[in-house]
Amino acid sequence: MEKNINITLKVWRQAGPKAKGKFVKYRLENVSPDSSFLEMLDMLNEKLISERKEPIAFDHDCREGICGMCGLYINGHPHGAMGGTTTCQLHMRKFKDGETITIEPWRSTGFPVIKDLIVNRNAFEEIMQAGGFISVNTGGVPDGNAIPIQHDKAEEAMDAASCIGCGACVAACKNGSAMLFVAAKVSQFALLPQGQVERAARAKAMVAKMDELGFGNCTNTGACEAECPKNVSIAHIARLNREYLSAKIKD
Amino acid sequence: MIMTKKQSTSKVEVPIIDAKIPAGQLAEKWTNYKNTQKLVNPANKRRLDIIVVGTGLAGASAAASLAELGFNVLNFCIQDSPRRAHSIAAQGGINAAKNYPNDGDSVERLFHDTIKGGDYRAREANVYRLAEVSNSIIDQCVAQGVPFARDYGGLLANRSFGGAQVSRTFYARGQTGQQLLLGAYSALSRQVGKGAVKLYTRYEMLDLVVIDGRARGIIARNLVTGKVERFAAHAVVVGTGGYGNAFFLSTNAMTSNGSAALQVYKKGAFFANPAFAQIHPTCIPVQGEHQSKLTLMSESLRNDGRIWVPKKKEDAEAIRKGKLKPTDIAEENRDYFLERRYPAFGNLVPRDVASRAAKERCDAGFGVGNTGLAVYLDFEEAINRLGENVVRERYGNLFEMYEKIVDDNPYKTPMMIYPAIHYTMGGIWVDYELQTTVKGLFCIGEANFSDHGANRLGASALMQGLADGYFILPYTIQNYLADQIRVPRFSTDAPEFEEAEKQINEKINRIMSIQGKRSVDSIHRELGLVMWDFVGMARNKKGLEHALERIREIRKEFWSNVFVPGKADDLNTELEKALRVADFIEIGELMARDAILREESCGGHFREEHQTEEGETLRNDKEFAFVSCWKYNGEGEEPSLFKEMLAYEFVERDQRNYKA
Repeated sequence: MEKNINITLKVWRQAGPKAKGKFVKYRLENVSPDSSFLEMLDMLNEKLISERKEPIAFDHDCREGICGMCGLYINGHPHGAMGGTTTCQLHMRKFKDGETITIEPWRSTGFPVIKDLIVNRNAFEEIMQAGGFISVNTGGVPDGNAIPIQHDKAEEAMDAASCIGCGACVAACKNGSAMLFVAAKVSQFALLPQGQVERAARAKAMVAKMDELGFGNCTNTGACEAECPKNVSIAHIARLNREYLSAKIKD
Repeated sequence: MIMTKKQSTSKVEVPIIDAKIPAGQLAEKWTNYKNTQKLVNPANKRRLDIIVVGTGLAGASAAASLAELGFNVLNFCIQDSPRRAHSIAAQGGINAAKNYPNDGDSVERLFHDTIKGGDYRAREANVYRLAEVSNSIIDQCVAQGVPFARDYGGLLANRSFGGAQVSRTFYARGQTGQQLLLGAYSALSRQVGKGAVKLYTRYEMLDLVVIDGRARGIIARNLVTGKVERFAAHAVVVGTGGYGNAFFLSTNAMTSNGSAALQVYKKGAFFANPAFAQIHPTCIPVQGEHQSKLTLMSESLRNDGRIWVPKKKEDAEAIRKGKLKPTDIAEENRDYFLERRYPAFGNLVPRDVASRAAKERCDAGFGVGNTGLAVYLDFEEAINRLGENVVRERYGNLFEMYEKIVDDNPYKTPMMIYPAIHYTMGGIWVDYELQTTVKGLFCIGEANFSDHGANRLGASALMQGLADGYFILPYTIQNYLADQIRVPRFSTDAPEFEEAEKQINEKINRIMSIQGKRSVDSIHRELGLVMWDFVGMARNKKGLEHALERIREIRKEFWSNVFVPGKADDLNTELEKALRVADFIEIGELMARDAILREESCGGHFREEHQTEEGETLRNDKEFAFVSCWKYNGEGEEPSLFKEMLAYEFVERDQRNYKA
């Protein structure tokens, strides 16, 4: 087993949405390399509590990389530098003894800070509500096997559907664009026969909502794909663009 | 709820409660019910409000379906989005009796497997209904665009799960829960967009409001502002999941809690079979003191993975000391103990059986890992048989997840696994209509107790959550609401709301003002250890009584020495945790109490005093074929016991046999 490490943390602290934030330095000793990044923050919080101080507020829940709740900007990267990994799956063995680690919230106009490292991602909800669904009510649907789907199409739809809605793509983008998030949903449904009926309407509605909420444009830098913890490909953005264009042409 | 008669087999008379099961043959009950139940017409639906607490598979599917029908729905979740409820983390799959593989499945067989898997402690009529609607769930999810795995011909693929000899599990890689939840979430989002559902994210239910004996609203805390708020409705539905986090370390998410269940229990809903908790055999073992949760490795891995420990103690010892690697152990020196003990089901025995078998080997000194509390889950044979690519396609994301946590490549060396708390079969008692003992209060999904008996089969939690939300509650709740159409909307100024809010604020102030020396987590950890050691995989009377004593001490410690920093009227995660831990302490006590009462072993409830010579569970059908239902009697008072008798009309109880 590797030996425990000592680290310095520069953490963004902000008391509320309108309060002025600042970095605060903390020193943390004897961190097990086997602990996860969030367990390291638990440890820091326990220390702060023992000093009668208020702990750092951060979002987290499943701690197994699927709920999309956690999201920290670590040393300049959403979810840290390790590819294909959420913050909760990042382990301290990836950091060196004596290292200084900078932790910030997602920084984007689309995601205002609520407190410390917690941001408001409600904009994603609104985009989903605008068209991220197939309009079927419960009941009265055909048998599951009545709709055959090519294996490869189903797999590709699954690749898109694996988006966890964490917002790392927006945080990674210099334009604060939500294109990868929107593309993942539009692409999933565009690939499936069930999604055909509302295909054009969906692309238009979701893009319009995204624009309305102040997310930036896509300039194809690919930062979103590089930082996506689920490796959702920007090929889906290309598909979204085609979907959107062809929908607009039909108008 | 109707009290029918008193049963006097033991010293004290225990009142019996009736689950209102429709008459008729098993296969006709649900159809008969639907044909004769009362309905609410479309114009009246618009006048009725329903609160749904929780947005997991049960909550989201219920909220969406009720809104589609025309009811006004208020839907609450703790997270910032309904999509993050813990159903999202379910990996392996969802069962249905489609019989697509032509391997002999049927509604009848799924029913029997589930009843047997639950060790004959589930309610026949509910389980049959569950099996009956299972097929509709798959159809519904496909229609929503859930990308289930498919064969090359384009049809749906299946795999096997524990406790079944057929392949009836539908899956989307190792992310089935995620995909099903996103399906329900999409349906829910559509209704939110239409204004039919009002969504409250980052809200936590803190109390149920009862007016004239009926559930009429909730008190919830806005987790961003800290403000305690009131919400009224004609009916309340609780779908808030299980209480496994009473153990501190579990596979549940960090905010998964039993508080909503405990609050409704305190307002008159009975808590049923609290002792029935599921310990999942394949979790990544505990590694260090800072560990905050345990990670599950899907049961689907047991389709191809083989579980073993060394045959020789000296080999196990050498492995623990790091002198030998698992790959150094020759085939003939490996003990594939599940295949040895249960040849008919092999590695696919139900979870409780697999967990106990692993514990037995570790307790006997054959465990591996540096703690000795681990067994191997090995894919070497599968990789040789199928090739690494096929294994990667089936389980790739699970292997990656394992490698990230453990820093070891499972394609090269076997995984290490150990049992951990995963699911609670116990929960709020509901009748056939999913209504609790409080009128107008319904409970769905893992939060209720109804369908899994003493042990849940793999891939059945997703099935039950969605069955309740899509296909059962939307019918049964109308039978209740049909009488409520003349009841005007409630004002939250009613004295009952005022009183409930006052009490919650007092509770919060009391916790904030303790200003002791212990952090919330440190007390929670202490509780978790007591639960794991004495109310865990193997229980005995002495240990359980000791647990009760320790839990009382922990309660005292909490209420006199906890420290919650910050303010109550602010985003305060320590306060959120403190409120939950206060409730986990009560739940822990209830679990221990129930485990003492049940002087038998069944499913996940293993009382060491009651086992066969081979170490299998020994049920006592004569005395314990009942659901234990606990009624709250006030703070510091002992709860009283009620029984729902499990009279089996259609199934003969047998000793579970997975050997032949």
